[in-house]
Formats: sequence, C-alpha cells, structure tokens
Amino acid sequence: MSRTKYSIFSLLRQARDYHRGWPQAWRSPEPKPSYDVIIIGGGGHGLATAYYLAKEHGITNVAVLEKGWLGGGNTGRNTTIVRSNYLWDESAHLYEHSLKLFEGLSQDLNYNIMFSQRGVINLAHNEHDLKELTRRGHACRLNGIDYEMISAEQIKQIAPIINISKNIRYPVLGGSIQRRAGNARHDAVAWGYARRADEYGIDIIQNCEVTGIDIENGRVTGVQTTRGPIKARKVGAVPAGHASVVGRLAGLTLPVESHPLQAMVSEPIKPVLDTVIMSNTVHVYISQSDKGELVLGAGIDPYLSYAQRGSLDVIEHQLEALCDLYPIVKRLRVMRTWGGIVDTCPDASPIISKTPVEGFYMNCGWGTGGFKATPGSGWVFAHTIAQDRPHRLNEAFDLKRFESGFLIDEHGAAAVAH
Amino acid sequence: MLLIECPHCGPREQTEFTCGGEGHIVRPDPATATDAEWGHYLFMRKNPKGLHFERWFHAHGCRQWFHAARSTVTHEIFAIYGIDEPPPAIDPSKAGSQ
Repeated sequence: MSRTKYSIFSLLRQARDYHRGWPQAWRSPEPKPSYDVIIIGGGGHGLATAYYLAKEHGITNVAVLEKGWLGGGNTGRNTTIVRSNYLWDESAHLYEHSLKLFEGLSQDLNYNIMFSQRGVINLAHNEHDLKELTRRGHACRLNGIDYEMISAEQIKQIAPIINISKNIRYPVLGGSIQRRAGNARHDAVAWGYARRADEYGIDIIQNCEVTGIDIENGRVTGVQTTRGPIKARKVGAVPAGHASVVGRLAGLTLPVESHPLQAMVSEPIKPVLDTVIMSNTVHVYISQSDKGELVLGAGIDPYLSYAQRGSLDVIEHQLEALCDLYPIVKRLRVMRTWGGIVDTCPDASPIISKTPVEGFYMNCGWGTGGFKATPGSGWVFAHTIAQDRPHRLNEAFDLKRFESGFLIDEHGAAAVAH
Repeated sequence: MLLIECPHCGPREQTEFTCGGEGHIVRPDPATATDAEWGHYLFMRKNPKGLHFERWFHAHGCRQWFHAARSTVTHEIFAIYGIDEPPPAIDPSKAGSQ
C-alpha cells in the first residue's frame, strides 16, 4: 500500500488545507485466519521485528498482535535514552548495531523520530566508579565505540546546572561521555515502524490479547486470542513485562522477574540542559525534553509486580539525590510520575532466542534498558525468526546460557537507564 | 509502598524490609544435579501474574526471614507465615491470578 511520503512539500500541501487531509498512517485490519509469522506484542521491538521481517527477509504475511494500544507499554513509558557504552563484547556489538540503525532511522522510516545525539554523561562519585568507568571505556575503545573520560570541570562546562562542590554527600569526581549517544522520541519510533510495516502489508491488530499458544508435536501451529484463533507457521513473542505470562502459554519457564520501574517529569522550564546525565551510584538520571520538562528516571521496586505503578519511597530516594546534584531543581514541582513493568534477567542482559518449542521464538528480558535497543533488537529477532537461527549478534543471548553459565553480566553498564 | 505485618514486630513499612524473591525453591543435590537442573534452580522463576509466595527479611527490625503470600496484581498480602512453613492454601483467583 502506498502512502503519502512525509516531506516539507507534503507538509506545505497539507498546511494549505488546514491539515485536514492527512491520510491514516496505518490500517486497523481484522485478523486473517492464518499468517506466516505472528509477532506477539505491538511495542517498539515487536513493530521493528515486523518491519525488518519485511524489509530484510521479504516476509510480509505477518501480523503484530497487541493486547492494548500500539506502543502503550514500556515503549511509551521509558526516558528515551539511546547509548551503546556497554562492557562486554556481545552487548557492545548489539547495542552499537542498534545505535547505528538509530542514526539513519528517520530517513529509513520516512518518519522524524527526533533522534538527538546530544551525548550521554555517566558520573563517578567514588574511586570505584572511576575505575569501573575507565575499564568500560577501554572495552568500548577496543570495540570501536566512542567513549571519553572527562573531569568534573569539563562536566560543569557541558552542564552548568550540576553541583561539583566537594562538600556534598556524593561529590562528582569525574565521569565519562559517549558523544554519539542521546535520545529519541519514543512514540515516534513505534509509530514510524508501524507505518512502514503497514506499507509492506503487515497487519497491526490492536486490542487483541493472546490467551493461548497452540502446539502440536512440539511445533507451534497458531495462537488463541481474544479475537479468535489465528494460525501461524512461526510465532515470535516480544511481550516485555509479561514475558513469563506468555512463556507459560508455551509451557516455558523463563529466568525473568517483573518489577515496576518509575519515571517522572518536572514542570517545563527554559532550556538548562542539552545532554543526558546519568549516575549509577546515587541512582538518578536526567535530561530535558523539547517541551522543557526535566525527564527523570527512578529505580525499580524490589518486589514482583504486574501493576503499572511503583512506590513513593523510590521516587523520594531519587529526588533527594537529584536535589543534591542539581540544586536549581529544588523548587520545581514534579508534574507527572508513572510506572511500567520491566522483565529483568539475572545477568541484566536480554534473551533473543529460539526456544524448545519449534517455530516459537522469545525476545524478552530487556529489563530496565530496552528502548535504546529497539532497532537492533527487531533486526536480529527478524533474522532469528526468518532463518530459524540466531544472527551472529544475538547468538550469545540464547536461553541456554542459563544452563551453560555463559552469562553476560551487564549490571554495571545497564544500571537503570533506558 | 506495602505495609507488611512482620510476625515478630507487627505492621511496619516496606522500606524496613528486604525482598528475598520467590520462596519454596528446593536446592537440588549439587553432586548429582545436571546443568539444566542446576540452571533451573539458580535462575528460572515462576514470576506469576497473581498469587506469589515470596520471602521477606526484616532488615531494619528483628532481622528474621519469613514468607508472605501476596498478589502481584493488587499487591494485597493474604498471609504471612514462617520461613520453615509450607505455603498456605489460598484461592489463586482471589489474587487476580491468570
């Protein structure tokens, strides 16, 4: 199906008619009786998977089933940070692939995802932080990923609102910066992928919850949904916080646990910060949106939950650290807080893998940092589904690593930022 | 935030406690367990949507471990019981189980 190409000229044409003539960006089709591939989950990762199935592998008889609305889960709840400064080779290659896809994504999708490479700074507050960041920096350099150590004074130059006084509880001793990192408009990533996937003829079916997975002789044959049964040769699940629930439908037990993760925005103020600053030690990260709100991320609650809300003590803890590091925010009001359910893995690395059920694939366990991986995750998952074997970039992220012990421990680099 | 009834100290704020995750996981014999069994013991979790039997530790109180039966959908706590006790019989539908 051909659509309006978004450009300055289409914008001018539509402006002439008071923007009443914009066509629908994607269809709302009824589910067909059968598909070659069904993707469970219409978030960024699921939609990216569908798009790359069509674009890279020529598979277009695909449905994306979403139980709520498109991009309404963690895709629309994260703090939009994109970076690739990970420690281990496996993660560095995967996240760097994703960052490179992000760099050309607006053109590729013909959709402005507002990718802004404004840099991401990681703060060090003690000797251990400095050593950890330096070690990670060496690893990044060896993997060809840009990464620099910078002093507290340099950080102050980039972000004048930061307090680098030696007299605070956790003084800033220095930090690292990845200049190619930054952030992107999260909704636009989902919408852009949806629009292009739809152009290829892929059916995006919202309000359609998967309630069962049909398996015959160890092979997937289709799914049961709230809108009736649908047959499929292959099923790829990208269920984020509900990984265990969907896995159980296929008889799988997964090494993931679901926790609430919170984020919040302040009331909008004039531009004060044109980069992203993260601190793992005092557990706060901050950026400023185009609307002027300070976008702040908190940590996860310690207990399991599927309710998309977190506790106040987590927010309090995070705001205390924020006020210490950025004293000008003390009189600002928090405008909104919200929570999403993240599926955390024991090694803080995702699972992008075949499963013991033939034709059934899982892409889950992204924990607190899935947004930055959206294009790369979809790209390798599409490859895994289409070829029935993992791509070189995701073969280490196999479910079997929890038997073999080849874990990819990214607790240091993953932190909580996403 | 949860209000947790410590069996020794009474109702206290959740911030006094450390959550110990899923309870009643049986450790296989390391001498005879296969890699799959050992991996399952170490990493695989039920992570249910609904009724969950979990361990808590009163870190800033009596420093005792105990179990709780709690809903992961509504956060309601149905029972608190000893660390060496088996899980009580609770209707999972009460906890919004799926």
